[in-house]
Amino acid sequence: MSALLTATCAVPAAGAVLTAALPAGSSESRRRATKAVALTVSAATLALAGLVAAQFKTGGPRYQLTEQHAWIRSFGISFSLGVDGIGAVLLLLTAVLVPLVMLASWHDPTPGTGDSVTGAPAPEGQTFESKRRTQAFFALILAVEAMVIVSFLATDVFLFYVFFEAMLIPLYFLIGGFGDRAGGPESDRQRSYAAVKFLLYNLLGGLVMLAAVIGLYVVAQGQGFGTFDLQTLTGAIADGKLVINTNAERALFLGFFFAFAVKAPLWPLHTWLPNAMGEATAGTAVLITAVVDKVGTFAMLRFCLGLFPDASRFFAPAILVLSVIGIVYGALLAVGQKDIKRLVAYASISHFGFIILGIFAMTSQGQSGATLYMVNHGISTALLMLVAGFLISRRGSRLIADFGGVQKVAPVLAGTFLVGGLATLSLPGLAPFVSEFLVLVGTFTRYPALGIVATLGIVLAALYVLVLYQRTMTGPVKPQVAGMADLKARELLVAVPLIALTLVFGVYPKPLTDLVNPAVADTLSQVHKTDPAPAHPVAVPAGGETK
Amino acid sequence: MNPVNYLYLAALLFTIGAAGVLVRRNAIVLFMCVELMLNASNLALVTFSRLHGNLDGQILAFFTMVVAAAEVVVGLAIIVSIFRTRHSASVDDSNLMKL
Amino acid sequence: MNSLIPLLVAAPLAGAALLLLGGRVLDRFGHWLGTLAAALSFAFGLVLFFDMLGRPADDRAVHVKLFSWIPVAGFRADAAFQLDQLSITFVLLITGVGTLIHLYSVGYMAHDERRRRFFGYLNLFLAAMLILVLADNYLLLYVGWEGVGLASYLLIGFWQHKPSAATAAKKAFLVNRVGDVGLSIAIMLMFTQFGDFSFAGVFENAPQASQGKLTAIGLMLLLAACGKSAQVPLQSWLGDAMEGPTPVSALIHAATMVTAGVYLITRSHAVFDLAPDAQTAVVCVGAVTLIFGAVVGCAKDDIKKALAGSTMSQIGYMVLAAGLGPIGYVFAIMHLVTHGFFKAGLFLGAGSVMHGMDDEVNMRHYGGLRKYMPITFVTFALGYLAIIGFPFLSGYFSKDKIIEAAFAKGGTEGWILGLVTLVGAAVTAFYMTRVMLLTFFGQKRWRPTADTSGSAAGEERMPHPHESPASMTVPMILLAFGSVFAGGLFTLNSSFLRWLEPVTGHSEGHSPLPSGVVTGLTIACMLAGVGVSYLMYGRGEVPVVPPIGSPLTRAARRDLLQDDFNHAVLVRPGSALAAALVYFDIKGLDGFVNGLAATIGGVSSRLRRVQNGYVRSYALSMFGGTLVLVATTLLMRSA
Repeated sequence: MSALLTATCAVPAAGAVLTAALPAGSSESRRRATKAVALTVSAATLALAGLVAAQFKTGGPRYQLTEQHAWIRSFGISFSLGVDGIGAVLLLLTAVLVPLVMLASWHDPTPGTGDSVTGAPAPEGQTFESKRRTQAFFALILAVEAMVIVSFLATDVFLFYVFFEAMLIPLYFLIGGFGDRAGGPESDRQRSYAAVKFLLYNLLGGLVMLAAVIGLYVVAQGQGFGTFDLQTLTGAIADGKLVINTNAERALFLGFFFAFAVKAPLWPLHTWLPNAMGEATAGTAVLITAVVDKVGTFAMLRFCLGLFPDASRFFAPAILVLSVIGIVYGALLAVGQKDIKRLVAYASISHFGFIILGIFAMTSQGQSGATLYMVNHGISTALLMLVAGFLISRRGSRLIADFGGVQKVAPVLAGTFLVGGLATLSLPGLAPFVSEFLVLVGTFTRYPALGIVATLGIVLAALYVLVLYQRTMTGPVKPQVAGMADLKARELLVAVPLIALTLVFGVYPKPLTDLVNPAVADTLSQVHKTDPAPAHPVAVPAGGETK
Repeated sequence: MNPVNYLYLAALLFTIGAAGVLVRRNAIVLFMCVELMLNASNLALVTFSRLHGNLDGQILAFFTMVVAAAEVVVGLAIIVSIFRTRHSASVDDSNLMKL
Repeated sequence: MNSLIPLLVAAPLAGAALLLLGGRVLDRFGHWLGTLAAALSFAFGLVLFFDMLGRPADDRAVHVKLFSWIPVAGFRADAAFQLDQLSITFVLLITGVGTLIHLYSVGYMAHDERRRRFFGYLNLFLAAMLILVLADNYLLLYVGWEGVGLASYLLIGFWQHKPSAATAAKKAFLVNRVGDVGLSIAIMLMFTQFGDFSFAGVFENAPQASQGKLTAIGLMLLLAACGKSAQVPLQSWLGDAMEGPTPVSALIHAATMVTAGVYLITRSHAVFDLAPDAQTAVVCVGAVTLIFGAVVGCAKDDIKKALAGSTMSQIGYMVLAAGLGPIGYVFAIMHLVTHGFFKAGLFLGAGSVMHGMDDEVNMRHYGGLRKYMPITFVTFALGYLAIIGFPFLSGYFSKDKIIEAAFAKGGTEGWILGLVTLVGAAVTAFYMTRVMLLTFFGQKRWRPTADTSGSAAGEERMPHPHESPASMTVPMILLAFGSVFAGGLFTLNSSFLRWLEPVTGHSEGHSPLPSGVVTGLTIACMLAGVGVSYLMYGRGEVPVVPPIGSPLTRAARRDLLQDDFNHAVLVRPGSALAAALVYFDIKGLDGFVNGLAATIGGVSSRLRRVQNGYVRSYALSMFGGTLVLVATTLLMRSA
């Protein structure tokens, strides 16, 4: 039993404590030292995550590198970790994004400097008095990373629940404490509203889930399975040793699903996301939508389907309808937005619709596509949002109407923004296309009508992305935009890896699909579903995929 | 004499005490009313003990007396210190704990 | 030899990557690098073509698998290329015309500071278009399909500082996206039907599928073709796309990309042959667009938009031919190739005229240019003669075949289609003669334009038309050769027919009219069109300010009200819906949640008043509580 997974969780957690404990001070050298420490820790986490992925054997059992340490024995709770293909790709996504988010947010928490690019002083009435802002910001990011990683690796239902809830705390402070200073005089009030809304929504979800977690234990204990261990429970459910009666199963499913649907977020539980993403810094927004929200969709796949297969099948049609509504609704709202960051938030809501659609279509293509979608959406939204953050920090405004003609003065910025936009609208050749098409095909084979309605999302995505690009980047140069600087080396360092990843996974997604496919096959067998067979199958050449 | 009459007396005393707590403002009087209620219940307990022919009620009465004594010690101390600081023994003046 | 096939795509792709990422270092010679990449691809294409010629007809198709692209359970998408007679025809057209237009752009874009990027985009287009025609399955074709859409978007909007260009680019991409949805639904239908979407798998198994499913697939493919090839009802973007630099209009919006729809239909002939209803739809779309485009072409005063209308109309011919089934596929492709030559030549000629006239596009401000631009005049005239179907030039052969095939469809349908194509030929002759006369003949109607070059910016000056540099005239001359001889060459010995037959199949129809009569009618229609046009524009003064004209003319000037229709039916309700939903999200969903929070807050602050700080009120509530408890207990016991 190796301790690799524990190390992967422990490094960012220890890093968070260390960063928070670094000597305070407003001098530039102190701040730089803090950032260097945090960045090093996140890089070390990335290295560990890479090691996990390298040690993961695609042909092996579903959960690998498992660890188990007793925690609360009397309730059968243990600190047990394990990684499957789905967890592995999401672990990698998290580990890749966090250092980039840190680099992108390099100057965001700097006290008193005002505009992070031009160095203009902070607006009147805004004081950044705390000398620990830099330490706090980076420590909170590392704390979120540690908790997200535990959630992706936990194979104990209770352990997962604890970290699923605990990550709200650092996020609350990240949203409430650090903004992009582009929201005008109302900014502070709006931001604390957003932070409270985020917390309340997610706490409510968590509370319902807690009830369901306890309920699950009570039911399982009644039949001799007094444990929270996921593999034991799913195994017993699959073998028919643990039988939950239909109504109880449905209630428990809804309890779990509600929490995940709030976090994901699924229409109509989404309204916290635009506020949170709009008011937080671009880096925090990426952390929320690209990493933290993925815990929700990931958990649907791992916990909802694995623990409550019958209820999952029962509720699937309703959930699918909600997802399709979310796809179209999110896209339409993105079209109607005036604020760049809120636009990206609504686009994400539309994309989360696709992810949930793929999960509950219950086909190999749908679920593999949904898993890839989580990764690809993380990468593409990070690209779009971080570049949007660079753009906003230069102009000091989030409103689309305040921009125009940026392409002329900052062509590299415009170019990276366009690539991010094209990835968001799922252009073939870029990574999101692969996942979006898989989800659509996977849905279409079982629910043709839903698949066709979902394709509306494709057209609308082109609309909101291109309108955004046209209004901000093209046309005559607006006077306020005229002196805008192009991307700096640090910002390029953020954008280039993300662009490279969208290209690589768009052209050659096989490494990801190889990781994900076995775990998806296992999930499908848990819910007793097989892919619908084609009406007139083409004879597969000998060797199948490896031809 | 019918022991039930003692119960009527206990109820009467309790009612007087309760009414006193509700209508009086002077902390000392309030306190005395509380004591009256406690003693009314003591009387009831002893009466029940007699009616049922066991000692449970009497034992409980002893408990009550102990609690009442402790209460007097703490309560009088509080009242005295309030009176010292605010020069008033009216309970309506001490309403700072409300939201 | 097969290893050359990926190189066909790799050369322009590498060129694009280098030019777009290379930075300013490449500014000095980047355009030559781009041209070289295109030429290299053309050279590879020629080598592969001669290699293919050396093999017997049934052994010409080759297949190269690069790698497994998206493997998920039963879903197998490969990155694999297939080179057969149909694809190599396209490869040669794309890379050949593409190279010439690269060369032309060296001169045309000489003064643009972003020339390097322009060539990067052009190379990107070539790479995507080659993926489109080389793909061996529909999903990879989809990559090329949207790839050319992206290149088209970037190039239409190349002059992004002009809002009109940016809007046109966005519109083109969006309309194409609607078509792309058709393609993706078609692929999904294929997957549910056959578990496969490679050409080989689908075509082999198509006969087993039900007629209804095949019709659905066919209609979805037609939707895709309508988007890309600017066919009714998705044609509205093509006119606006003329905002792009003229070489782009020549390469993408005339010769190659817009013909991708015809390629798609011809490539999927195995599906369409089994779905007569879908074929009927194809024919209808083609016939309607043929007339639609021609009418629009008659009314436009902007030389490029007139040519764009003509492109639409000519592609209508091709789509119509492709819809006729085995009697038409070969001729659709033949017209596509000859059209590639003469329409690219015409656009380059138009670009040359604009180059000499300070970017003036209004033909009413041209006139008498033949003396000032002799080479442009001659090459444009040859292209003109080819497109109107002047005997023994390219267009004559290819268009005549389509008209014959339309009659040969048989029955009432055949007569209707035949007449439509004949009318189309007459209108084509009319509007092309109009373009010719307005531009090169008659009196000078030049107008001063705002001078954007040099120190006297903003000052108005008269244009000084001059012949364009050699890098521009040479491609025009070469394309003129193609316009003149390609058709004859293809018809000689039915060489083109025998070349493509193994891929598309061919059958002779039974025309109710002898072939000579059809040819005669075609020539008569053509002459009539030319004559009417001469009477209207060739004699006497042409007004500089366009007359108000008939309602039809006015409608045609506004693209037959297509934009107004889209605006009224899609854009306005769409944006109203978006605005309504934004309102609903804030006031409805969020309002509900916020309202809930406010209710709880309100109730709490009411309840807070009970905590008034008076000991006796607390005591009272305790008494009350006790009384209730006691009363309930007693009641419960007595009950």
